[in-house]
Amino acid sequence: MIVNALLRAEAVSRSYGNTPALREASLSVAAGEVLAVMGPSGSGKSTLLHCLAGIFTPDSGEVWFDGRRLDTLNDGRRSELRRTAFGFVFQFGQLVPELTVADNVALPLLLGRVKRKRAYARAASWLERLELADLGGRRTGELSGGQAQRVAIARALVTGPRVVFADEPTGALDSLTGELVMELLVRLAREEGTTVIVVTHDARVAACADREVVVRDGRVTDPYASGLVR
Amino acid sequence: MSVPLALLGLLEREPSHGYDLKRDYDAFFNRGKPLPFGQVYSTLGRLARDGKVIAGQSEPGDGPDRKRYAITPVGKDEVEAWLAEPVAAEPSLHTVLFTKVVLALMLGRDAAGYLDAQRATHLGRMRELTEIKRAGNLVDALLADHGLFRLEADLRWIDVTQARLGALAEAVRER
Repeated sequence: MIVNALLRAEAVSRSYGNTPALREASLSVAAGEVLAVMGPSGSGKSTLLHCLAGIFTPDSGEVWFDGRRLDTLNDGRRSELRRTAFGFVFQFGQLVPELTVADNVALPLLLGRVKRKRAYARAASWLERLELADLGGRRTGELSGGQAQRVAIARALVTGPRVVFADEPTGALDSLTGELVMELLVRLAREEGTTVIVVTHDARVAACADREVVVRDGRVTDPYASGLVR
Repeated sequence: MSVPLALLGLLEREPSHGYDLKRDYDAFFNRGKPLPFGQVYSTLGRLARDGKVIAGQSEPGDGPDRKRYAITPVGKDEVEAWLAEPVAAEPSLHTVLFTKVVLALMLGRDAAGYLDAQRATHLGRMRELTEIKRAGNLVDALLADHGLFRLEADLRWIDVTQARLGALAEAVRER
């Protein structure tokens, strides 16, 4: 257990109907840490991510973020927290195809009532950091898979979140592009001091993290915490 | 890694002293684990004995051996044949990992725990290689990639084995 963890799950359980997805899963993540959550398909790793991010409410157990109980907040407060403190990168389908690249990146700021001019200036700055400055006016449907994921990273980081949740962020990319995308995500998160929790079944993605845990049959195995690895 | 063939290959570029061969070998093939000078000179001695290189006259200077070595036509043929020949696929069923898992199951020990620890150790090494890739040049990156892919293959085996531990335990007990 990490002392002064930024994000913590304690004995979290969650079922879909009669099918348990998480069984008393516990996990701690330190501020600024990059954590990989690994495990086979259907093991419960995405459900764990959704519980940690306040998207799902656990059936039992507790989720704490920055000293506050997250799972007992009402929908509105959790939604606000997700918008202000969390960023998200998914495998695909997260960008709005009708909007331009710059619109997509500015969108979380506009939803947070940041003035339009300022929102677009910050979006432009992030697009530059992700080497996408020339693509601001394009529709997202015109982008390659790697470019789209870089836009997604810009959108996840533009609000200055404390935590970025990434669910198989390179799952739809070839290995070289995936590597570049992951390297960018980790480098920028470290520069910003942002915590990253990345769900992946890809060992090369996990190797970019500081530490990994494995979810199997809804339970979390942490070989470092359990003393299996010294 | 075949040291004699690698040294022969380096000599095919140009005649070289033992010191230069060691430097180039360490730079390209054996990063982090330098080739001992003694091994360089003993290997060159055997290659000369077998007619694959010829040693020039000793040159004045410091060091134990100031001879310049050159590859012979016999040596060139060997390098050419070696470079064209694919390496035999390594057998995977008798690795240390497999032996440990089977023995752990036979002895009623914690095979799943062992696999978890092995996964973490592999990932730890993959982290080191990923950092080498990030910080190094293209040669470093390609060498690190080779290590990463091999470790990744082991990890896939670890995952598949872990998913089948119950069936493997039964198979081990039945024999």
